[in-house]
Amino acid sequence: MFKSAMVGLLSMFAVLMLPQAAQAEYADVVINNYADAAGMRPVVFPHWYHRIRFRCKVCHADLGFKFKAGGNKITMAKIIDGKFCGACHNGEISWSVENCGMCHSGVPGMPTQIHGSTVQRLVAPTYKSLDKPAK
Amino acid sequence: MKTKYFFLSVLAMTTLLVVGFNAQAAQAPLKEVKSAKGKVSGANIFNRLLKKDEQRNAAPAEDGIHDSANDGTHVLQPPLIAYDGLPTSEFGNYVDWVKSLDDGLLKPRYDLIDPTVEPLVMDLDIVREVKASMPDVVFPHKPHTQWLHCSNCHPKIFIPQRKANVISMSAILLGQKCGVCRKVSFPITTKSCTKCHSKPKPADWKPPKSEASLTNPWR
Repeated sequence: MFKSAMVGLLSMFAVLMLPQAAQAEYADVVINNYADAAGMRPVVFPHWYHRIRFRCKVCHADLGFKFKAGGNKITMAKIIDGKFCGACHNGEISWSVENCGMCHSGVPGMPTQIHGSTVQRLVAPTYKSLDKPAK
Repeated sequence: MKTKYFFLSVLAMTTLLVVGFNAQAAQAPLKEVKSAKGKVSGANIFNRLLKKDEQRNAAPAEDGIHDSANDGTHVLQPPLIAYDGLPTSEFGNYVDWVKSLDDGLLKPRYDLIDPTVEPLVMDLDIVREVKASMPDVVFPHKPHTQWLHCSNCHPKIFIPQRKANVISMSAILLGQKCGVCRKVSFPITTKSCTKCHSKPKPADWKPPKSEASLTNPWR
């Protein structure tokens, strides 16, 4: 009985939490190419925070970020090498990679997506994983 | 025994919650039981699928995509603190980014390290005539070059040549052409049409008649 009551309570809680999925800031990117598989929370990249400090050109032309969520195959090894996020997140321009939880802050299991994108709203609710699942 | 009381208390809580959410239904619960006429489906709620305005610009811990159990989430800056004093818009982040830049309220770097590097701004408007009755599209290079570099769009997304690019709204909605960035700069909603479709048609403009209507023998 206790178990069923708990399940009921939890499912109610989940239903109450559901509409919140629509509240995230426009253009927040969730990147979950490898994070879940490595036992980390997915990365949430806030476009709004970064565009206040840098113009699009810096990341999308100079650093080589493609205009595609999950399309850059970013790994921690590349970041520590000074590529992608690591060009700034190196302890000089911005805080360094030891602050794991500040990037890896997404709800576990969330797929790669751009929040509020027209494509996501109308065509594909969430982007498919970069790699096909192993059979 | 304890579990029984717990179950009862949970039941009481759920009823309380339901009553709280649906205050109108709670006013006359007895009448509903007596006749089926009084029953109204929950599907008829007004603006059921629309986003509520009060959900705008939520702080990371409450936005539904950040994990509130993660310590780092609570260190992150809530967007509303950053947006204080910036001009507003009706969609996207609800911030007019281009105006913020023009007014000098934001000074984003054009170079990774050197804050003095100035962007390569090109002031050239491209007018694209629209076949249908929508106002013609004006593409302003100026705000785009303030944020981006030529190589971001040319030549991969747009061929830098007159009449060389076929652009349609369906392509844009599928994330091609202008749609490559329309997931970050501003969303395509009925409120944002006029941002691009901004040049009214000439006064004597009439919509072109379709082939089917011209060849209709019953016309």
